[in-house]
Amino acid sequence: MTLRNLLARKLRLTLSGFAIVLGVAFVAGSFIFTDALGGAFTGIIKGTTADAEVLPEGGGEFTGAGEDSRTIPASVEADLAGIPEVAVANGYNQVQGVYVIGADGELVGGDGPPGLAFNYTETEAITGDQIVTLLEGDLPSDESQVALDVGTADEAGYEIGDEVELVTPGPEPTMTATLSGLIQFGAEGGLVGASLTIFDDRAIQDLFFRGRDVYTGISLNAADGVSQQQLADAAQQVLPAGVEARTGDALAEENEDAIGEILGFINTFLLVFAAVAIVVGAFLIVNTFSILVAQRSRELALLRALGASRRQVNRAVLSEALVVALIGSTLGLGAGYLLAIGLRALFATFGLDLGAASLLVEQRTVLVSYAVGLVVTVVAAYLPARRASRVAPVTAMRDDVALPEASLRRRLVVGVLLSVAGVVLMVAGFAGSGRTGLVLIGGGMLAILLGVSLVSPVVGRPVVMLLGIGYRRAFSAVGTLATENALRNPRRTAATASALMIGLTLVALMSILGQSAKATTDAAIDETLTAQLVISNVIGTPFSTTIAEQVRDVEGVDSVAQFRQAFPEIDGSQSFVGAADPEQLARALDIPVAGGLTALTDGAVLATSAAADGQGLTVGDRVAMDFPVGEQEFTLAGTFPPSGAIPADYLITTDALEQAGIKAADSLIYITLAADADRSAVRAEIDVSIDDLPTVTLKDPAEFAQEQKEQIDQFLAIVYLLLALAVVIAVLGIVNTLALSVIERTREVGLLRAIGMQRRQLRRMVRLESVAIALLGALLGIVMGIAFGVVLQRAIAEQGLDVLAIPWIQLGVFVVVSGLVGVLAAILPARRAARMDVLTAIATE
Amino acid sequence: MTELATTQPAATGSTAARAVGLSKIYGSGETAVRALDRVSVAFGGGEFTAVMGPSGSGKSTLMHCLAALDTASEGDVIVGDTSLVGLSDKALTALRRDRVGFVFQAFNLVPTLTARENITLPLAIAGRKPDQQWYDTVISAVGLGDRLDHKPSELSGGQQQRVACARALVSRPAIVLADEPTGNLDSAASGEVLGFLRRTVDEFHQTVIIVTHDPVAAAYTDRVVFLADGRVVDEMLRPTAAAVLEKVKVLSAREVAGTAAGG
Ligand SMILES: Nc1ncnc2c1ncn2[C@@H]1O[C@H](COP(=O)(O)OP(=O)(O)O)[C@@H](O)[C@H]1O
Ligand SMILES: [Mg+2]
Repeated sequence: MTLRNLLARKLRLTLSGFAIVLGVAFVAGSFIFTDALGGAFTGIIKGTTADAEVLPEGGGEFTGAGEDSRTIPASVEADLAGIPEVAVANGYNQVQGVYVIGADGELVGGDGPPGLAFNYTETEAITGDQIVTLLEGDLPSDESQVALDVGTADEAGYEIGDEVELVTPGPEPTMTATLSGLIQFGAEGGLVGASLTIFDDRAIQDLFFRGRDVYTGISLNAADGVSQQQLADAAQQVLPAGVEARTGDALAEENEDAIGEILGFINTFLLVFAAVAIVVGAFLIVNTFSILVAQRSRELALLRALGASRRQVNRAVLSEALVVALIGSTLGLGAGYLLAIGLRALFATFGLDLGAASLLVEQRTVLVSYAVGLVVTVVAAYLPARRASRVAPVTAMRDDVALPEASLRRRLVVGVLLSVAGVVLMVAGFAGSGRTGLVLIGGGMLAILLGVSLVSPVVGRPVVMLLGIGYRRAFSAVGTLATENALRNPRRTAATASALMIGLTLVALMSILGQSAKATTDAAIDETLTAQLVISNVIGTPFSTTIAEQVRDVEGVDSVAQFRQAFPEIDGSQSFVGAADPEQLARALDIPVAGGLTALTDGAVLATSAAADGQGLTVGDRVAMDFPVGEQEFTLAGTFPPSGAIPADYLITTDALEQAGIKAADSLIYITLAADADRSAVRAEIDVSIDDLPTVTLKDPAEFAQEQKEQIDQFLAIVYLLLALAVVIAVLGIVNTLALSVIERTREVGLLRAIGMQRRQLRRMVRLESVAIALLGALLGIVMGIAFGVVLQRAIAEQGLDVLAIPWIQLGVFVVVSGLVGVLAAILPARRAARMDVLTAIATE
Repeated sequence: MTELATTQPAATGSTAARAVGLSKIYGSGETAVRALDRVSVAFGGGEFTAVMGPSGSGKSTLMHCLAALDTASEGDVIVGDTSLVGLSDKALTALRRDRVGFVFQAFNLVPTLTARENITLPLAIAGRKPDQQWYDTVISAVGLGDRLDHKPSELSGGQQQRVACARALVSRPAIVLADEPTGNLDSAASGEVLGFLRRTVDEFHQTVIIVTHDPVAAAYTDRVVFLADGRVVDEMLRPTAAAVLEKVKVLSAREVAGTAAGG
């Protein structure tokens, strides 16, 4: 019975099934992709970790506070080699920030993926593979040669014997060397987009460690029958103070945890969009089942008249939903796999290149996908099912069956109550601080969205009527019919529009927040940046400190402020810490710090007001930062407003950062010119000195702001792309509603054709109804988006979003695009209506 | 058996519509059904005609072909002076809109529009203003008074069919066709509708063709055309209910006999 019903309504269910497919696909895709990402990173971590690793105490963390500047004397290697438990001890030097400039002069991989360098060893990783193996050519034999990993050499367009250009964090910002050979990382070469440069043992020490005979770490392979723990314990006996031996498994696990945190963030980020897609999809499912039940009310009444109990009718509808959910979830899982491939490509454009890394579908992914698909569908079908079971048996005998519809008034009451509750939540969120505040505001927004969806049949009516006036003017009878069609079933129209409303609310909200962020950036840089030029990299990739020295020597430069970055944990979470010389910084920036920038001494820290608020810090409090050398304590000396001109939440002195064991490398240089300097001449000269460094650019404050604004735009683009899926689902909802309505109005369509309506006019009628629904959704969404945007901006103004900017033109574009989307959604239903044979349509019972 | 090759309009004067050797075949091969078999019949301007015949005799098919709702398999249909053969869907649609008025047995009105809007719909679709004088005449003939601004669901069955007739008339078509317009109505409501159609013939010289099973309804008309097995088998001028009833009995008896003989 159920199966036959389903087949009969195959077409009508296809679209609601599609909503489930899309929602589930999003969930599955998020998991599959982050699993693959995790797998790739695990591969790297395991592929670079030996049975035991000897490191400076507390060092060796994958996503540490910053690059560890501490080293181990080379003599330790020989001591370790002498222990019977040790089969091989290989000292190595690892350097971050070595980038390959391709044959085309461009940075390989673009901004983003790390550039690693180390010397070649034959260490075997815990995966059982050698960390790196020589594939072709020779290993570098001195400073004039390097080897590259195959992928990087390929992308850079270098062949063995070519001169390779490199950017380095050492005293020489750039260097050239001959490519002596090609190496492969691990067994499969998966480097997630990172580049790998291999130096000669001595050369790497000369270039990056001032010629000292030191190692950043020593890898140990165990002798036969020796466990990792035995190996580490034995090694520890011969190590000098401040150096420790750790088992490979323990180290790998620790690093995986650190990576897991970041991956968790990406997963959550993606799942938020999955949730949006599912909420929107739920609207579509509720609507589809409502319409289907309405169209079948006669059949259901007949069932009831024949003695089927309410529960049986209820069950009939629900089991139908269950079948749809099962099919939809299965397809969604498959689509999720495709989506993961898409995400892989998307992330690859940002340098996170998973290559051809296999995408695995974990059991957990399957379970979650089915659970989400089934629960959402069945819950969404429950309301229509309950309504169906209330059909009185006697209605089977009547000609036109009207389903008992919950009165609009009750809906209105519930909707208004929900909205009010949402407002209360948002107000509470305002009063609350930090994360809880934002969670409350988010919850409030959801409640208001649902509330407005409930009252939208009432709210939407005047909007559609207003639109109808325009329609009537422009399209006379066809316009009138379209308007009346949009109005005849307010619930259906409103539910369909609500799905689009949710999508557009979020789109509008994001565009307002983005625009405000950009305006804030402009204002902050305008107000705080007194330096005339800035050298930086958009993502803060560190570069050689030599550049600052070179710039200092340029005629016309008054002062140069070097700015460094580190990411130590504060109170368990990673923080953005900047470091600079206070005197230099005071000449480059006009930061309103209570007590002045001079309050920043080596033992002191300044924090943005937002960071201080978030951590509950007041001036005089102790702030502990987790650096490689151990915890460093600072005293909060003052706060400053967050500004796009200083990319940091905390500020300490350069000396303090060096004492904390972080390698010297700048991430930003502020240049103040002498009063009488010829700006363009100075600029040209500095440009020459950084010309061969594709990692950094020289820019004036406006360009500096522009660069940051482009970052915001890029982020918005990703968000829009992900929200677009919610909009796609909403559009499917419109297609679905229209298709079902056209079927429902078959006789009417036949009548209109019989009395002389042209196919073209009929199509236009359907199209206008579609546009009315889309515009209703868009208008409601944008109004809500603006309201939420203003409220949220106010709420986080103190955290650095203190300028409100509303992109009116962009919002206008969204409305127009929504109208076009309506046109698009109408294509198939309109064609279907126009193709109906007049006589069959008339004859249809 | 009197088979008429061509039936002529009773009233003298111009022909409003005619079928010439019209055949309609549904399906093909073994299962082909010849719903109309070389029918030639003409309907004079200002004439009220009833088409009668047993169920399945091709009455609806004839109406549909005359109304340009369906196309002929063979032969031709001429509405006014336009031959329908070979016309595009667009042209046929325009012809339905401007030259033909059609009334179905049920579901004649768009439920979302008021009675008044339904009446003017063909004109609105064509983007034309109603001829005010004719419009007023039609409206007053419908006799709906203040119910004109009600939705169809708020009107009685008889009122709905009168609105449908008014809509069929409003564009001053060459012919008004009505397929069992009173089939769903009680006798009082039927009377209202038929009386209304009669008046349009008498007062406005409108050409009207209806299909009916009811001899009483047929008595409102000027001429009855009898169909059987897709052919015109007889006709009667100035019919009365009793005469029609008698004729129907004779014809159906002949039908039964024919079937028995043939079977
Ligand atoms: N669309 C169709 N397909 C096949 N046969 C049809 C179709 N419409 C009508 N017929 C057949 O054509 C014949 C005439 O039908 P119709 O004109 O509806 O008769 P009436 O209106 O006199 O009852 C019948 O035998 C009917 O079964
Ligand atoms: Mg019929």
